[in-house]
Amino acid sequence: MLQQFLDSLIADGVFGGLPRDIVYLIGMAAAGALVVFGFVLNVAGVTTFVERRVWARIQSRVGPNRVGPQGILQWLADGIKLLMKEEVIPFAADARLFKLAPFIVTIGFIAAFVAMPFSSVLIVADLNLGILYITAMTSLVVVGIMVAGWASNNKWSLIGGIRAAAQIVSYEIPAALSIFTVILVTGTLSMQGIIQQQGWGPWDWFIFHSPFTFVGFFITFISLLAEGNRTPFDLPEAESELVAGFVTEYSGARYLFFFLVEWGNLYVISAILVTLFLGGWQAPPIPVISDSAVGRNVLEFLTFFLKSYFGVVLMMWIRATLPRTRVDQLMTTCWKYLLPIAFFNFMGTALWVLVFPEGFRFAEILLTAVGFGLLGYFAYRVAFHLRRSGAQITLSPLS
Amino acid sequence: MTEISLFPIVFYLLAAVTVVSALGVAFSNNIFYSAIALMGALLGTAGLYVMLAADFLAVVQIFVYVGGILVLTLFAINLTSRIGDVSISNRSIGRLPSLLMLGLVGTVMVRAVLGGGWNLVDVPEAEPTIATIGNGFLTDYILPFELASLVLLAALVGAVVLSRKELKEERG
Repeated sequence: MLQQFLDSLIADGVFGGLPRDIVYLIGMAAAGALVVFGFVLNVAGVTTFVERRVWARIQSRVGPNRVGPQGILQWLADGIKLLMKEEVIPFAADARLFKLAPFIVTIGFIAAFVAMPFSSVLIVADLNLGILYITAMTSLVVVGIMVAGWASNNKWSLIGGIRAAAQIVSYEIPAALSIFTVILVTGTLSMQGIIQQQGWGPWDWFIFHSPFTFVGFFITFISLLAEGNRTPFDLPEAESELVAGFVTEYSGARYLFFFLVEWGNLYVISAILVTLFLGGWQAPPIPVISDSAVGRNVLEFLTFFLKSYFGVVLMMWIRATLPRTRVDQLMTTCWKYLLPIAFFNFMGTALWVLVFPEGFRFAEILLTAVGFGLLGYFAYRVAFHLRRSGAQITLSPLS
Repeated sequence: MTEISLFPIVFYLLAAVTVVSALGVAFSNNIFYSAIALMGALLGTAGLYVMLAADFLAVVQIFVYVGGILVLTLFAINLTSRIGDVSISNRSIGRLPSLLMLGLVGTVMVRAVLGGGWNLVDVPEAEPTIATIGNGFLTDYILPFELASLVLLAALVGAVVLSRKELKEERG
């Protein structure tokens, strides 16, 4: 997308006589800066604020509400505070690797945004290996975490780093296998290609494509939660056992980057799930807006963002309500349950695609009904228990 | 308009990163630094694959080598104590035989580089390679593909057997 845009600008003579490669370089730098400063940093920052407010509400607390109206500027204040703080490097730490670790982590995280499809036009590069590229790049984050854990020269950090590696290497397998169930259906790895084969209605999403992709969605969700070091799988930084895991010795701006990646990863995880299973940016056609290209793209961007942010809030909810698993439980979940189910799913999807190459309409509609039925039953149970316990509910987020 | 291409610059940059990191792997005293240098070498190689328009190979290189093998290496290093002062265990071979080996292997390699007629082709257009690779694996090269899977399966079973044995001894 970026390349076509730059080519059209070159053809119009905007850049004068600059060589093509230099123009590409400038374009890439500009697009990178736009995505990082305009989107990634803000989303990660605001997410920290939203997460703290959501937890507070779930745990009957107030949460940060002093900086700006309803505390909306808290994330900026935190960021500025951390940037101004003194950076302590422990005497016994390996200073070079200690400084290197945040860079590796941040590169692995931001590189994933290259193939992130925000709308049908808004994508930096629609790589034909999109989803594989994103999973490969996020694996750099593990290396950074392990370097951080080792370089800190601290027991807690080291154990945190080892746990992170064991966890992420294990959960990569069911995650990849479940992602491949979607690849089997689409026959393409390109993020845009995957989204274009879905529709705006839930019955056209890949989560409801077959029973196997339906199960695959949940396996992918659990595995990505574990890969993102989120509760209930946040063992690498288990506060109750390891102080703060691999970030124990970090302070100031380096600490900021680790937490930027952690919260930004929430968005990346959701965006991957939305792209693969929940229809991506496919927005319902609205008569007037969808006619113009700009209006359609704004609509698609909003659809994608709202769907992904719904996933982010879901993960906050899980974090606020579930206890942490033990290490052995973590490994049992992965190797004894998720992995066999993922293999079964993979074979099942292959058979399904063989038998119904065009998809099976009846199954899709039935699964959609079942899915929304389960959701409705869940809401009914929650409402029932809230009524039974006589809980006082204030729905306004401002109170 | 002069057409300056960044292609050679990027190539030499990537080549330099790869070679320097590879030297770092070999000459670093600290094994953790070696592992981190290995990451540089692997990423540089992936970059070179991209320049050869082998995009699938490049991504798989990062996915398997950096995401899998390097992480396992770091995992093993993190579990090892006292990696700073390594006592080299195989001193028994001595200098002369190793120089001899180096001479032999070096001669063969230099001869191969200089004398092996290089098959030069124009840089291919970047196009999806994944379909070609997939079709190749399941049609023309199915026997090597299946053999490789068999070897991997054997390694997997071997690993399970090794770890099971340990468990039995602990109980006994």
